[in-house]
Amino acid sequence: MIKHLKSAADLDAATATLILDTAGEMAALAGREVKKLPTLRGRTVVNLFYEDSTRTRISFEAAAKRLSADVINFSAKGSSVSKGESLKDTALTLQAMGADAVVIRHPASGAPHRLASWVDGSVINAGDGTHEHPTQALLDAYTMRSRLGKIEGLKVAIVGDVLHSRVARSNVLLLTTLGAHVTVVGPPTLIPLDVAAALAPGIKVTYDLDSVLADSDVVMMLRVQTERMQDSYFPSAREYSRRYGLDAPRMRKLPEHAIVMHPGPMNRGMEIAPEVADSSRSTIVEQVANGVSARMAVLYLLLGGKA
Amino acid sequence: MTSYLLKGVSVLGGSPTDLLIKDGVIASGAGKADETIDATGLVALPGLVDLHTHLREPGREDAETVETGSRAAALGGYTAVFAMANTSPVADTAGVVEQVWRLGREAGLVDVQPIGAVTVGLAGKQMAELGAMATSAANVRIFSDDGHCVADPRLMRRALEYVKAFDGIIAQHAEEPRLTEGAQMHEGEVSTRLGLTGWPAVAEEAIIARDVLLAEHVGSRLHVCHVSTAGSVEVLRQAKARGVRVTAEVTPHHLLLTDELAASYDPVYKVNPPLRTAKDVEALRQALIEGVIDIVATDHAPHAVEDKECEWAYARPGMVGLETALPVVLSVLGEQWELIAERMSRAPARIAGLTGHGTDLSPGSPANLTLVDPAARRVVDPAELASRSRNTPYAGTTLPGRIVATFLRGEPTVLDGKAVK
Repeated sequence: MIKHLKSAADLDAATATLILDTAGEMAALAGREVKKLPTLRGRTVVNLFYEDSTRTRISFEAAAKRLSADVINFSAKGSSVSKGESLKDTALTLQAMGADAVVIRHPASGAPHRLASWVDGSVINAGDGTHEHPTQALLDAYTMRSRLGKIEGLKVAIVGDVLHSRVARSNVLLLTTLGAHVTVVGPPTLIPLDVAAALAPGIKVTYDLDSVLADSDVVMMLRVQTERMQDSYFPSAREYSRRYGLDAPRMRKLPEHAIVMHPGPMNRGMEIAPEVADSSRSTIVEQVANGVSARMAVLYLLLGGKA
Repeated sequence: MTSYLLKGVSVLGGSPTDLLIKDGVIASGAGKADETIDATGLVALPGLVDLHTHLREPGREDAETVETGSRAAALGGYTAVFAMANTSPVADTAGVVEQVWRLGREAGLVDVQPIGAVTVGLAGKQMAELGAMATSAANVRIFSDDGHCVADPRLMRRALEYVKAFDGIIAQHAEEPRLTEGAQMHEGEVSTRLGLTGWPAVAEEAIIARDVLLAEHVGSRLHVCHVSTAGSVEVLRQAKARGVRVTAEVTPHHLLLTDELAASYDPVYKVNPPLRTAKDVEALRQALIEGVIDIVATDHAPHAVEDKECEWAYARPGMVGLETALPVVLSVLGEQWELIAERMSRAPARIAGLTGHGTDLSPGSPANLTLVDPAARRVVDPAELASRSRNTPYAGTTLPGRIVATFLRGEPTVLDGKAVK
């Protein structure tokens, strides 16, 4: 098993499949009266969050606690970080406390890579800048597999601000590894340069959302920050929504079985219409539940599991 | 003054000869000397001249001082370095440039020639007192806002014109700031993969294209700092073919390293302009050989440990380079001594109007020279650097060539590979 999970590219197909299978077992546990496993008893997991992220932090916290790990939440606000402590000094502190795993969320791309060079424990990337968010990709893949039965061969459209999206990068990498056919969709200003060459040579790029809908098994909508408007990535929220938002008429173009995903938090009425978000195709709430199972699987395999 | 006889030295790779250094100059013929140095197998080059050094003093003496930077320079084979203006306070007045110049004289290891800021505080708004710096004891001829681009085209035009009065030259840090807001590395495949904001090649090329046109329009001299892209080379090639008075430099790191190194997220590879692609590296090497790029300049940029041992985005850009420049160039160009002397000594001295450096090692010339052992190999160990900072991208790399001795006006600054003081 790998030691760290810094990027979805750290996962080969076999490892990713093992994590998804394990997540399935963890999910079965959630149905039981006692939701706890003793696997990580006596192990310490630190949640090191330099960005506000209630849902990801809670998800990791629940995952670690269900595995009986001791959880320490370390948030940038109200800690020594706000007094100007460097990431390295924080890392050395955590090291001295004997952290077995550090889950890090950080606004700077590559912060988990730096952290991994300073601590002995496992480092799990919970979102770094505009780089990656590998556990989000795992929970998304898990969600697709449970809804559609497989990942290999699925046609997945990832729509929106691919340039700034760590969710998109991790999903492109993981889904391609697992044999899905990925198309990234968005205005040209929000599609990063040489995206196929950089991430996965097999992916397609299109600027036309309508052209891909009829042939998609999965449409994954990305959050678009309205402040991108000020930077001239697109002229207005309205125009963005008209060209790249998933509304009811567009949803009707999807095949019967297709699902709609969103990593949250959503801008209802911007990239996704409320009636789409609340439709039976939407997996948005499931994604949250699956997040705990996927993160349990990651912690279990990286720390305890001898798989 | 001690005289030295360099026995069996190869001047610029020529057949072994004896070189007598006496009274600060190269003496004619052989003869007796106070000290004899067995220079068998060693190559003599005119002392290297660096048009682009950050010595950090005043302001960041924890990263480098004029003295430690001078020592690093001497150990790298340099006899003259040009100290960039982005100190604290900025070298934008006669007082500051004279202070740096005086500190250089006191250190006495290389000639330290201050570069003056083009604009007050490097802010790009108002022209600094360039004439006062030119007529100061520091005798400034090169002006640069390096670290910042003189982005305002009108201000750039005026600066180019103004310095004609004292045969000055503007050294431009070519970076269109609006295209590089938040930029962290070369924009391309690797930046996309790493999720780091891109620094597009066009941000450099657009400014160089604009500036060569401005220089042509007003008939001034322009020097382009740290050229880093294949596209910039093409702009320069065309400008030179038209007769524009433009010169350009490339750093050793842009001749050797590529953007792939950013994948480690280790900010020791973060530099401005950023490391580019293998295609750019190839174009820069070719341009240096052909003379489209005139010189190698180090952009020696020492940084304190805490400014590099952090997240990539929070790290300061820059690499130390004085002590590794010649070995890197040797590894890129091979033992083309004539070419190396031209690109690292003569041409930079000429561009700067610096007399007494970059001269042939012929009788009567000032004895500014360096002795290199081309057969030696060295594994770069950051702990061994004389610079106060350790941010070298070559840690653990084996590089060819060892600087054995350096002479400044006949006085050794380096002997047996060690600084004399």
